[in-house]
Amino acid sequence: MRARFLHLTGFALACTLAAILVIVPFIGRAEAQNVAQEHQRQPLVADLSRHLVAITTGFAGTDVLLFGATDEPGDVVLVVRGPNRDEVVRRKERLGGVIWANGAAVTMHDVPAFYRVAANRPLEEILARPARERHQIGSDVLNLRMSGSVEPADRGEFRDALIRLKEFRDLYTYSPNAVSMLANRLFRTELYFPANVPTGTYMVEVYLVRDGEVVSAEITPLIISKVGIGADIFQFAHQQSALYGIAAIIIAVFAGWLASVAFRKK
Amino acid sequence: MQIYLPIAEMSVNVFLILGMGGGIGFLSGLFGVGGGFLMTPLLIFIGVPPAVAVGTEANQIVASSVSGVLAHWRRGNVDVKMGVILLIGGLIGSFLGVILFKFLRSLGQIDLAISLSYVFFLGIIGSLMFLESLNTIFKSRKTGGAPVKRGGHRHTWIHGLPFKMRFRKSKLYISALLPLAVGLLVGVLAAIMGVGGGFVMVPAMIYLLGMPTQVVVGTSLFQIIFVTANTTFLQATMNQTVDVVLALLLLVAAVIGAQIGAKFGAKLKGEQLRILLAIMVLGVCAKLGFDMMSTPTEFFTMGIGGQH
Repeated sequence: MRARFLHLTGFALACTLAAILVIVPFIGRAEAQNVAQEHQRQPLVADLSRHLVAITTGFAGTDVLLFGATDEPGDVVLVVRGPNRDEVVRRKERLGGVIWANGAAVTMHDVPAFYRVAANRPLEEILARPARERHQIGSDVLNLRMSGSVEPADRGEFRDALIRLKEFRDLYTYSPNAVSMLANRLFRTELYFPANVPTGTYMVEVYLVRDGEVVSAEITPLIISKVGIGADIFQFAHQQSALYGIAAIIIAVFAGWLASVAFRKK
Repeated sequence: MQIYLPIAEMSVNVFLILGMGGGIGFLSGLFGVGGGFLMTPLLIFIGVPPAVAVGTEANQIVASSVSGVLAHWRRGNVDVKMGVILLIGGLIGSFLGVILFKFLRSLGQIDLAISLSYVFFLGIIGSLMFLESLNTIFKSRKTGGAPVKRGGHRHTWIHGLPFKMRFRKSKLYISALLPLAVGLLVGVLAAIMGVGGGFVMVPAMIYLLGMPTQVVVGTSLFQIIFVTANTTFLQATMNQTVDVVLALLLLVAAVIGAQIGAKFGAKLKGEQLRILLAIMVLGVCAKLGFDMMSTPTEFFTMGIGGQH
């Protein structure tokens, strides 16, 4: 674990150095080293145990380890955001006093498909609401643009419903004590991704907070994608859908014929 | 053991899916119906997105209908001529049904339309079948177990329709418009409800067309193969909602269950089978009707509007 940590830190440093050398080739060698040392002193470093979550045939949810270090004691808050999409929320209304049917609908734009907030202690103790709003930390302060024929007074109800439905599916979670601190400098947490996790590019944001102010932040991408047979089937279904449909029918006809023959001989 | 379904984008327990396939397969073998009207709601219940449940179930019904129709074919119980005319109506109907499905979905009322049509048709068919088989059992007891024949040839306005055709296997001489209309109606229902339509088609063939019972199941299965193959193709190309992994798991278990069910079915009397099927149909109907009328625990639903 420790060896891997050092290895990753070393790798990150090497990458940064390489980037600096590419961007500023005209700056002298000594100066580049200065910048590298500056980087070493930065208040927050964090990384993930892996940057790709592969959804294979046996996928049933997985954990990704997030770890890092701070220069001085402080609170650590992390936010995982999934790819944005539009969601339609509908409210059930009573039709003719007998049956319940979908009534008013609201479309929410750019809703994160996945949203996880974790910290080393409850959020309210770490950050005030204005600061959380500024950094979009916490599902209660998420900016959700809405459109639809609903009274402004009712919009809060739809917003709450969206969060509640997402939480019910394990897609929105809040774990106030999930980040564990070691010697006030090192921190680690397991990020859980359930089996129904949407695929796409995720952003893992780590915030270092001192005295109610965000003093440093780091963003790491995480890619969640299907691999193997599952990915091939998905690609086939989406890119050559007509062929896929015909193949599905042929498989079904063949299986039906096979079953009939097998049971006839018995 | 969990398996990830690539199109449904969720992971499920393999044994749960096999159990569902086997159980519904057993019932379909026992009663001679496709079982789609039970499987589609069950798939939705375990969390499969409704669109994927409908598309995948169509694919699975293709397999179970092929395996079923071959057995009937060997016994000469398929009226191909009648099947083709029902099929022409069915294809037109399913095309209209897909358009209607799209329109209702744009209104956000597809769930209601599905539930309402289930309650309506299951209610009518279940009650008719229940009453009819009760009546048969009652009469056969009275006459000391002798089989009861349905009323002789009745002449109504139906027999005055044009385009009369002779259906030798079905021993019928009726207007081709009649099976065409039955096929069309069932096609519309099949597209909206995500089923093969056997549970509507079989009673319609017996009671509306007056076909002999022994050719009804084979002929219905024959045309269901093509209607569900068409639905599979349409769903795959228009919505990409056919999950072959899920379909394969279901059909492997279903064909085995169906064979066991068929063996059990051979031991029961026709009216006993019908009364059991009627009770099951009425049960599903009552459950769906109750769900629609009872106050929901969650007043809101969520669906994807569009991805970026």
